[in-house]
Amino acid sequence: MPSDKRFIIAPIALISAIVLLLVVGFAWAAGWIGGRRINGGDVIAALDYNGGKHPGYRRAHAKGLCLRGTFDANGAGAALSSAQALARGRYPVIGRFSIAGGNPLATDGRNVFHSMALILKTPDGQQWRMAMDHTPIFPVADVASFIALQRATRPAPGTGKPDPAVMKLFLAAHPEVKAFQDYMAKAVLPDSFANATYYSINAFRFTGRDGTSLVRWQFVPEAPLAGLDKKALDRLPRDWLFREMEARTAKRPSRWHLRLVVANPGDVTDKATVAWTGTHRTIDAGTLTVAAVEPEEAGACRDLNFDPTILPAGIGLSDDPLLPARSKTYSSSFTRRAGEGPGPSAIGKDLHGETVR
Amino acid sequence: MTCRPTDFHPALRVVHWLMAAMVLAMLFIGVGMVSTTGPLYLVLLALHRPVGIAILMLVLIRLPLRLATGAPTLPADLPMLQQRIAKGTHVLLYAAMLGLPLIGWAMLSAGGYPVALTKGIALPPILPHDLALYALLREAHTVVALLFFALILVHFVAALMHGLIRRDGVLRSMTVGHAKPAVGPPTPTEKYSTTPAADDD
Ligand code: HEM
Ligand code: HEM
Repeated sequence: MPSDKRFIIAPIALISAIVLLLVVGFAWAAGWIGGRRINGGDVIAALDYNGGKHPGYRRAHAKGLCLRGTFDANGAGAALSSAQALARGRYPVIGRFSIAGGNPLATDGRNVFHSMALILKTPDGQQWRMAMDHTPIFPVADVASFIALQRATRPAPGTGKPDPAVMKLFLAAHPEVKAFQDYMAKAVLPDSFANATYYSINAFRFTGRDGTSLVRWQFVPEAPLAGLDKKALDRLPRDWLFREMEARTAKRPSRWHLRLVVANPGDVTDKATVAWTGTHRTIDAGTLTVAAVEPEEAGACRDLNFDPTILPAGIGLSDDPLLPARSKTYSSSFTRRAGEGPGPSAIGKDLHGETVR
Repeated sequence: MTCRPTDFHPALRVVHWLMAAMVLAMLFIGVGMVSTTGPLYLVLLALHRPVGIAILMLVLIRLPLRLATGAPTLPADLPMLQQRIAKGTHVLLYAAMLGLPLIGWAMLSAGGYPVALTKGIALPPILPHDLALYALLREAHTVVALLFFALILVHFVAALMHGLIRRDGVLRSMTVGHAKPAVGPPTPTEKYSTTPAADDD
């Protein structure tokens, strides 16, 4: 062993330099140092800022109801995707109806997303998870704008409406939001979960017999669309939509057709703010039947993450940046609520109240 | 007298360096992917699961191989405490290599997620769907990963001290190995003392 100091200083310097490099590199990879990145926690913070903190619940679409049913694929979708879910057959489905917002006890009388999330399982062991809203487009196209939207639309204390001054600044900086606002102003707000069309909004890459194509899909209801009176929304009982769905499903199942819409050359496929217009190749791939609904306490949906990037072979991601943003944010929301422990749902709570009464 | 080798078995040396690269990459991939909501999140996550499971498979080959072929004795002049620390960190390194991917697999199982390796290939769950369990394991995955990184740094510094400062052949026993003596197995005294000082240069 060399005892001469000159022989030791060089190796020690070398070892220290390598360790320093590893530690700094690690800190940089983790985003602890260097340029600011938007992580899942940043989006959760924006959602909590908008909707208030509700530990134990989904940070968005907190108010929900579990559903069960089946998907009967007619096989026509196999042209677009090799996923078994689109091969002729009947597959079990679980899912969740929800309305947007982080408040699990919010009133149903708001002009916000009505939503359906699904998990379709096939015998080959694969899953197709989806989370869909009743609008064909989304207000923003990227995660930074999503955070800005959450911050700008926070209901001001007192009025319960976004601060007009803040909103004006936001809209000036985000002209892309106008298309969504125009849509929501004109569109019918479905008066039932059963008669709404639910859209994937984001495009996905399908690979099947006909090669690769970009597809947005929608579940089109058999029940005829009727709207809520938008002027009387604040008079709607708190759980009106959820109660209606429970009562309806107790009598008969509800059905939707899965419509796959293939992008035309030139369609925007990486921006959820842009609708596809004109005629498109469209395939009716099968029928979703919702046979039962249950409060989250009793159903299978509460403790699952309806991450829309969990896809079977034959369906992949598009270049839409909202998809990874949704996946990371849903994961962060899921991990947080898992650690906080679940709370009672609006519907489950009322049911409990009724049995006690 | 049991004849202890001067070097780790060549297969162990290959697996050691392969796994070192994989584990280090996985630690960077892990903290990197959770730091962003950008497209890299999904790209890295799709890499993270199969590479993590490959590490689990490799350690399941490596551990029996290590137990069967043994390890060279540490230099006799190394203080007892250092020898103990060396053994302890090695046990912990094996525990982390085995435990961390198992925690990853278990936490996805408890979260009700498919444990997808590639598009189309998924592993079965190893725990029931239980959200409280998921929360615990998800936390453990982070904590164990960070401790693992710290442990690797300690291990790395120790290995280089042996190789660059003590030059006692310990680093060489996991790299190129020692030249075979001309006749017969080395005697215990030959083992390290006869190696030249510049052994690890
Ligand atoms: C195409 C646009 C989007 C659609 C169609 C959509 C739809 C949905 C639906 C239906 C749910 C409820 C899922 C369930 O019942 O578990 C949901 C949950 C959620 N959404 Fe979105 N969303 C969209 C965009 C986003 C974006 C851009 C973010 C934030 C980056 C976001 C954040 C969340 C969060 C945090 C949850 C709760 C997840 C959980 O805890 O399980 N969403 N979304
Ligand atoms: C030696 C193997 C592994 C190493 C070194 C490793 C390391 C890491 C690290 C450092 C993180 C980031 C933790 C944080 O800061 O929150 C992470 C997250 C994660 N790891 Fe691993 N991991 C390994 C194996 C696995 C395996 C086998 C799986 C699953 C099959 C897995 C699944 C995950 C998931 C799902 C996340 C979190 C994603 C999220 O929350 O959005 N890991 N891992």
